[in-house]
Amino acid sequence: MSDDVKKSCGCGDCGCGTAAGRLPQSAPRRGFMVKLGAGLLGVGGLLTAIPIVGYIVGPATKRFSNVWVELGSVALFPAGQTRFATFLNPIRQPTDGDSAKTACWVRCIDTAKYQVFAINCAHLGCPVRWFAQSKLFMCPCHGGVYYQDGSRAAGPPPRGLFEYKWKVEGGKLLIDAGRLPGLEESV
Amino acid sequence: MSFLKASLAWIEERTGAMAFIAPLLFHHVPRNAKWWYVFGSATLMFFTIQIVTGVCLATVYAPSAAQAWESLNYIDNEVPMGWMLRALHGWSSNAMVVMMAIHMLQVFLHASYKYPRELNWITGVFLLLTVLALAFTGQVMRWDQDAYWGLGIGAAIADRIPVFGDQVRAMLLGGPIIGGETLNRFYALHVFVLPGAAIALVGLHMVLIIKNGISEMPKPGAVVVPSTYRKEFEERMHTDGVPFMPDAAQRDMVFCGVCLIGLFALAAISGPIGPGGMPDPTLINTNPRPDYPFMWLFGAVSLLPPASETAIMLIAPAIGVLLLLAIPFFSNSGERAPSKRPAMVLLAVVTVMAIAALTWEGTTSPWSPVMDGWSSLPTPAKFTRGRTPLEMQGAVVFQYAQCRNCHALDGQGGRRGPELDAVATRLSYDQLVRQVQQGGGNMPAYGKNLDSAQTAAVVAFLATLHPSNEPDSMIPGAQLPIPTGSAAAH
Repeated sequence: MSDDVKKSCGCGDCGCGTAAGRLPQSAPRRGFMVKLGAGLLGVGGLLTAIPIVGYIVGPATKRFSNVWVELGSVALFPAGQTRFATFLNPIRQPTDGDSAKTACWVRCIDTAKYQVFAINCAHLGCPVRWFAQSKLFMCPCHGGVYYQDGSRAAGPPPRGLFEYKWKVEGGKLLIDAGRLPGLEESV
Repeated sequence: MSFLKASLAWIEERTGAMAFIAPLLFHHVPRNAKWWYVFGSATLMFFTIQIVTGVCLATVYAPSAAQAWESLNYIDNEVPMGWMLRALHGWSSNAMVVMMAIHMLQVFLHASYKYPRELNWITGVFLLLTVLALAFTGQVMRWDQDAYWGLGIGAAIADRIPVFGDQVRAMLLGGPIIGGETLNRFYALHVFVLPGAAIALVGLHMVLIIKNGISEMPKPGAVVVPSTYRKEFEERMHTDGVPFMPDAAQRDMVFCGVCLIGLFALAAISGPIGPGGMPDPTLINTNPRPDYPFMWLFGAVSLLPPASETAIMLIAPAIGVLLLLAIPFFSNSGERAPSKRPAMVLLAVVTVMAIAALTWEGTTSPWSPVMDGWSSLPTPAKFTRGRTPLEMQGAVVFQYAQCRNCHALDGQGGRRGPELDAVATRLSYDQLVRQVQQGGGNMPAYGKNLDSAQTAAVVAFLATLHPSNEPDSMIPGAQLPIPTGSAAAH
């Protein structure tokens, strides 16, 4: 009996393993307590981990729906021209500050025919700029170039510019905006 | 004096502090461990500076996307010594990365990672990753245009991950856009998670240094034999070693002192790093660049062939880290001397040169168009002299149609496309027309974007661009003359 206890204690010199030592519990009882403790901690730990992990991966599981956002009167976007437009992202938090502002390029092909391009280059997301003289979008980062219809003209982008869905209601141009455009899905 | 001694004895009797610290201070290190060994200590010193200045900055910095940028300007301009604290934090961060790299290079060249110090190396690799992560998250803390669009690049790379790209991106950004939760995520990493990890790893690194001892300077022929190494090393330390304090520590102290004064001077002279432009994503006249520790990665990403860049961007970093971790397992015995390991020395030299070259490429980024080249650069006078009105008109179209953003004339302009000073010696008139109208290579087709008169003018101008002593380009066999009559101008 005392030999077993000594082994499981392992200290060898505190006296806890000897018959004369202060040993309030029998060895099997202590083994049970360790198992119980480990079990309770395990269950408690798992329970606590659920909200923690859920909190951290929350952004990946939460679904955000795009919302129709007004860009302004159609008079701001004359036919045959491509104009800069900004809007406040509908998916925003109170702490976002200026970063909730979003820019886009609106091309009015003809009356009531539009293309609305995301500002982000399809290569690595840098903001593209429109050059009306050469009718090209150019990206300052790696030289991605797009034609006026958003199709890829040159450089590393794997596709054309991302486009927003648009509609005209009551003389206003609206786009279906929200999440940052990316390759997995267009806007 | 005796009171001091008695006080110390009183403390020692109750804490055992000296009994714990003395072996750390006075353990024996190799006699020949000289100036090569100071870089790890310097890295640790800069890390200490980072913690102290970082805690100070956290007392004023507002970790909120709406206020972070303003609070940094407030620290720079209003808080007493605030600018200096930010300067110290910023420059010490760069210095820590540099010292860590030199330390790692020294350990690699001397093969100090061999038995029994494999785990010293591996904790070092994790420290490298942690420090680089601190540098990246620190750049985000600046919350300026570079930080915003840098995150955009990170998001775009994450988005290329197959299947889970969307989820990884959302985890990175803390939501579907770059915003408030993005900054706070990176803040939590930068001030809690990563420093905690770094402190734990530094502790582990130190425990291993004490346990395994500091490696001797490598000597050709002094091979590492795992079965006998530890015993022989300990004997050598016992008979020939010198106590760390003061024999080795004195060099650490001198070097760290020089580094600290250098850091102070650099911070005082150069001032704080950033913040750059305000983080308003509708201000798109910006040219995003990462901080120096990542400039080589920026360069590498920019130079990848488009067809394979997704695969390389996602897989190469993982392979690189695995290779670093695997080094002590591939070779944990044998020669340590660089002269006996020429391939490893070559590998180190090539790596350093590649990183230096990519840093240079990233800094100069010849692949980026000069976005205001068309409107800000003059047409060199030598290319306008003696030109016909049509050719002069072509020079105007050349500027107006943004050709200059990607093409240099007389060394000024974009480097995305070839310099055109002598283009007429390479392309004939017909080839120039074809290139302008249909593009090709890395050039957009201007066919629909220029009318025929503009095209005729710009090609007439381009056809004059050749040195007077070189012939015009001809299509072999066709012998077409340049039909603009401009050759007479030369």
